[in-house]
Amino acid sequence: MTKPNKKNATKKIEEINRSSLKVWSRRGFIGAGAIAGITAGGALMVGIAIRPGDRTEDLSAYVTNGDEQLITTWVKIASDNTVTAIIPHGEMGQGVHTALSAMLAEEMEADWDAMKIIEAPAEKDYANFVLAREFIFGSANVPTVLFDTVNGAMLAAAKSMNMQITGGSTSVRFTGTGAMLTAGAAAKELLLSAASKQWSVSISELRAEKGFIYHNDKKAPFSEFAEIAATLKPNLKPKLKKRNEYQLIGKSLPRVDIPSKVDGTAIFGIDATVSGMKYGTVKAAPVHGQKVKVMDASLAKKMPGVYGIYNMEDYIAVVADGYWQAKNALDVIDVTWTNNEIKNIDDGIIFEQYRTAIKTRKGKTLHKSGNTKKLINESASFYEAEYTVPFLAHACMEPMNATAWYRDGKCDIWAGTQNPLGTRQVTADTLDIDIDSVTVHTAFMGGGFGRRANPDYTNQAAQISKKSGVPVKLIWSREETTQQDFYRPSALGCFKAGLDVNGIPVAWESKFVHDMDPPEASAVIYDIPNVKAQYMESPSHIRVGAWRSVDHTQHGYFTESFIDELASNAGIDSYEFRRRLLKTKPRHLNVLDTAAKMAGWGKALPDGHAQGIAIVESFMSIVAQVVTVDISSGVPRVVNVACAADAGMAINPNGFIAQMESGIIFGLSAALYGEITISNGSVDQSNFYDYRMVRMDDAPSIDVEIITSDNRIGGAGEPGTPPIAPALVNAIYKASGQRVRNLPIGNQKFSVKT
Amino acid sequence: MVKLIVNGQNHEININPDTPLLWVLREKLGLIGTKFGCGSSLCGACTIHIDGKPIRSCVTPVSNIEGKSVTTIEGLADAEGSLHPVQEAWIEHQVPQCGYCQSGQIMSAIALLERNPNPSDDDIDTSMRGNICRCGMYGRIKAAIKSAAKKV
Repeated sequence: MTKPNKKNATKKIEEINRSSLKVWSRRGFIGAGAIAGITAGGALMVGIAIRPGDRTEDLSAYVTNGDEQLITTWVKIASDNTVTAIIPHGEMGQGVHTALSAMLAEEMEADWDAMKIIEAPAEKDYANFVLAREFIFGSANVPTVLFDTVNGAMLAAAKSMNMQITGGSTSVRFTGTGAMLTAGAAAKELLLSAASKQWSVSISELRAEKGFIYHNDKKAPFSEFAEIAATLKPNLKPKLKKRNEYQLIGKSLPRVDIPSKVDGTAIFGIDATVSGMKYGTVKAAPVHGQKVKVMDASLAKKMPGVYGIYNMEDYIAVVADGYWQAKNALDVIDVTWTNNEIKNIDDGIIFEQYRTAIKTRKGKTLHKSGNTKKLINESASFYEAEYTVPFLAHACMEPMNATAWYRDGKCDIWAGTQNPLGTRQVTADTLDIDIDSVTVHTAFMGGGFGRRANPDYTNQAAQISKKSGVPVKLIWSREETTQQDFYRPSALGCFKAGLDVNGIPVAWESKFVHDMDPPEASAVIYDIPNVKAQYMESPSHIRVGAWRSVDHTQHGYFTESFIDELASNAGIDSYEFRRRLLKTKPRHLNVLDTAAKMAGWGKALPDGHAQGIAIVESFMSIVAQVVTVDISSGVPRVVNVACAADAGMAINPNGFIAQMESGIIFGLSAALYGEITISNGSVDQSNFYDYRMVRMDDAPSIDVEIITSDNRIGGAGEPGTPPIAPALVNAIYKASGQRVRNLPIGNQKFSVKT
Repeated sequence: MVKLIVNGQNHEININPDTPLLWVLREKLGLIGTKFGCGSSLCGACTIHIDGKPIRSCVTPVSNIEGKSVTTIEGLADAEGSLHPVQEAWIEHQVPQCGYCQSGQIMSAIALLERNPNPSDDDIDTSMRGNICRCGMYGRIKAAIKSAAKKV
């Protein structure tokens, strides 16, 4: 690792502090007071995949049992030669436990078939060191959304490494490439050194293969050398394999979490059981910022099985013998909430505020090249369009829930969370106890998509357990889960292009609301010499947060719709138009060409059918999609999606394909139906009947092709989502001549262009 | 007292007869493989079988099933513990992502194959549209149903 320049590090951290504060005010939730100065210094130096020195004392207590030896931070070996990978990320279906373990096993030469996997405990020593390091030194493209997903954790602690986040498509590209490969290689070297000592032969005569060390005909399992290996100092820069030497990476390994998910034994947060626990449910103020004014629980108190009813200021809680009893009691509590001025706000007003902000506020420039103003004025012609996208909920299948037990000044929490360390810090702050008095037990997440990075639900469980004095499993209803989300921000984007005589853009100007997470979301991939992208802030009271692919969802749709409009304005095929503007970008061009070829771009299609194309680069992966749509019934039916993706390489190709399929359906639900609307300050939608999902009968067939390149490994969980909405609206335009500038498509009717 | 037969076992439970079966399974019998998703029969995560038919346990009062036979995801494996062919197909096609909806998906798929051993795409669409998969694994579910159909 390069020694950081202390001055630069300090500067970087100051920048983080400033931008955190800025983001906080918009997305703030908890513990603004905890934003203390983050100090630069030695702490940053521990940002390395493996931890030097005598690790066993620090870490073994967390993760080893009986005869196990911890070899590096991320791997332990038992006396029966079982190798266990310790994975610092949550599993929510993205296959990260399998992919990261395979990366470790690859370099360690462990026997994959005999390998075990555990999730790292929510301890600071298991924070994502590499992620934090790259983040802090700005050497990688880490989305700023991570600022608010860490909430209290990173900021309050001022212990700059206090991150254990699963999000931002970072697990494989940072923890995997930065930590797991190195940890595996270092562990192998330690085992070889130990064997060399024990057998008194030179390391060069030894080799490791499938969990054994070999010297000529002699072999012995890793476990024989584990005890000595654990006492040796690991090499911080072990020799890594070349990609073409990989045996496990690049193979479609069956996911380790799948068997338990088909026989019903997988334990999700909602399945936690604590002896003597009661069940709780809550209703929070429908308008954010309201408090309980009057609570009449006289009816609820008399209901069978009710243990306690609590006024928690901004929400009410019922604790009972079962969820059903708690829910029934909650439903008959009469609450009057305090009035506030927000009560008059609806989404019409929010969008008007956006429009006003764009017209009147001074913009902040995110991307600039050339001189757009001059060029647009001097262009042969110009073209303008305005797009909107609504608020969106995450709609995880598993409603928000957490089990908490507060007693004797300590609190245990059982939950599915994308942010276990943040959960600890926030709970500690709320209950006014030390972070070491909070233990978080993680479980599978029944969907995360960014929602479970916010520790609001765990925090409520802790508060209710403290108030009631019993362990409480808190379960939100579906309605509460829909109405108390941290929504994908709604947005408005205004685009203007200056065109040459052939209709080719020479200048591109965009103005939109909200700062970007990640900042490159509004960047334009096309070769346009003069570009200016600006945002204006227009905050509302609606809580917003990270939603699968974060602001690439809005901007993928804006940018790829606008370029499509420019193509049709120029009278040029939309795929050819993009090709012309990507001449200097062979990687993008290859992805675009692959998707077009997969879909048979330009081929004859049945009546009412048409194809649309889009390409978006996000999280260091490039994804192009071609949608084939059928509008002959008046309602768009997505027939097929062809998807080409270049993420450098796919660790687990079948898992990568599954991520693209999933990202596409996720984005399609949003494009077709997704809309959270606001009336009188509160969310209108409540359950799946008014917040619709794509179901089996409206799901298209999907073809995915993985492109392998020499580039750094990019993300998989999110990059499949952004291109689908623009590819779909572009296809609808081609079929109907009707341009969708406001998502969702909803109940709009289309007629076939004649 | 409500008398129930769940996965072949008899139970007598002291509970308000209006309580939905879902909560009896999860909280009284510890059968936590059946999931709570929406509470309104909209998502299918809580699907179980009553006398072989797929039923949403979140809206079915426990009193309605007195004396009837309930099968949950935990009751699918045979006496030797071998998985149901549909479960095996789910592994073969690597269907689950987050996995939360999958107990319900599998219960709906088995019920479909029991009444229609060779379903068409349209049959699968119709029978499975009540089960939401937020991770969007519909293509894999469809492929797994077809491959299980060959073995059931």
